[in-house]
Amino acid sequence: MIRHETCDAAVIGAGAAGLAAAAEIAKHPFRTVVIDREDQRGGILRQCIHNGFGLRYFKEELTGPEYADRVAALAENPNTEFKLGTTVSEIRKLPDGTFELLLLSAAEGVAYLRTRAVFLAMGCRERNRGNLAIPGSRPAGVFTAGAAQRLLNIEGMLPGQSAVIVGSGDIGLIMARRLRWSGVEVKAVVEIMPYPSGLTRNIVQCLNDFGIPLYLEHGVVNIAGRERVQSVDVAPLEGGIPQLDRQFRIDCDTVLFSVGLIPENELSAQLGVELNPATGGAVVDANLQTTVPGVFAGGNVLHVHDLVDFVSEEATEAGRSIARYLDGSLESDANPVSVESNLRYVIPNRFNRNRKCTFSFRPLIVSDAATLEAELNGRIIWQRKFTWIKPAEMLKIELSAEQLNESGPLVFRLREEA
Amino acid sequence: MEKHLICISCPVGCHLTATRAGDSGEWTISGNRCPRGAVYAQSELSDPRRVVTATVASDSATMPRLPVRTSQPLPRRHIDALLNRLYQLQVKIPVKRGDVLLANVEDTGVDVIFSCDCPK
Repeated sequence: MIRHETCDAAVIGAGAAGLAAAAEIAKHPFRTVVIDREDQRGGILRQCIHNGFGLRYFKEELTGPEYADRVAALAENPNTEFKLGTTVSEIRKLPDGTFELLLLSAAEGVAYLRTRAVFLAMGCRERNRGNLAIPGSRPAGVFTAGAAQRLLNIEGMLPGQSAVIVGSGDIGLIMARRLRWSGVEVKAVVEIMPYPSGLTRNIVQCLNDFGIPLYLEHGVVNIAGRERVQSVDVAPLEGGIPQLDRQFRIDCDTVLFSVGLIPENELSAQLGVELNPATGGAVVDANLQTTVPGVFAGGNVLHVHDLVDFVSEEATEAGRSIARYLDGSLESDANPVSVESNLRYVIPNRFNRNRKCTFSFRPLIVSDAATLEAELNGRIIWQRKFTWIKPAEMLKIELSAEQLNESGPLVFRLREEA
Repeated sequence: MEKHLICISCPVGCHLTATRAGDSGEWTISGNRCPRGAVYAQSELSDPRRVVTATVASDSATMPRLPVRTSQPLPRRHIDALLNRLYQLQVKIPVKRGDVLLANVEDTGVDVIFSCDCPK
């Protein structure tokens, strides 16, 4: 006998985003169900045992598990039910505008959950060796950085004895230090871009502290080994082309990939949510509502954040919108927001006239003097100068209700100063 | 004398410049966008410290490793010895977040505390 349940809001994912939204919705008299395939709340934070979280949101420096415990406690409410160890395998929109989720769990079997609103908070997957098409054999010892982090921090197993890390994303940098502190030799970090893709402070405290070499504008051109990785070949890049005559070999038994995250939007696609190719996440309006009414998105499933604090802020905002949607007071204008020069994307993609709005950007350039400007109906309404612009660090700004006092297209651009 | 540092107190990563006249005396710090930057630079130039995070083995069936951290940044010269000590331990549950695992490491006043709860 398949069970049928109902709720007002279904939150998919009990990581930082899902917990923040659930906490916000619970301030109103609505029944929320939070679903996660893991047995514990907190998502990826649980395996991020390092410090550096929460300075902005909690005004205190926390480790990942501490941050997870804090947000899980805030989400605790009699009107909120957690279904852990449970996977959402299908989701569909019903003719009356509500949604039906198919839930699978080892403990409780199969159930259908009917809900009036959905919050997409599924987070990201890691890009892996297959996404990069790196040549060589297929030995054991090749991991994504996050998989190795889970192995080490949750399950207590070392991935190997000596490692090369491909990509200089934050997870890879954090893992370089973690491996060193676990007695594993870290031979090098190899980055194809001319600048690191992780936060500067992680270069300092995770690589420089240990004298781990960072090869910028270099690529791995071969992974060798039969049963187990034995070495990698690294070559400098010129105009993106590996210079094989200058390649060199690094002996190692482990290769970690820290080469970016992909928002996990399979369920969003089932709902027919429009996706933004620049982010890999949903197109959203100022309420963080997707193109399907009643479906909202936030956190890393919407766009990849470099700080969990920003995820909490964004998902809290989404939770507020979901509560308004449920009580029928949500208003939305369709004023388009777009980016021009030197910006990869902006979130949200629409704004509401006469309502303040927070915008997040990912720059395309490295610069120590650049001006971000906002143009509404051809008129510059806002400008700010930034120093130390880099693609690794998200920009976040707020425009006031007074500044957004007209309808019409809003365009952001980043101008490099001469 | 001039030294360049990058602040690791928060994700902003301010580029700091420390200057002093000659080889001794007080450093003057610039480039910091908040007071933490000056504190970090002074400490980094005289007695560099880091928050240490690690895991310890436990007798829990569901959480074989428990995350721990130092309560304050620890002088870097003590880090390796501390990690070796932590990796020898086998912790008995239950533990609570904030419980002290090791008190006053190497007489520095820094404790090692648990980063999460692990119920029985």
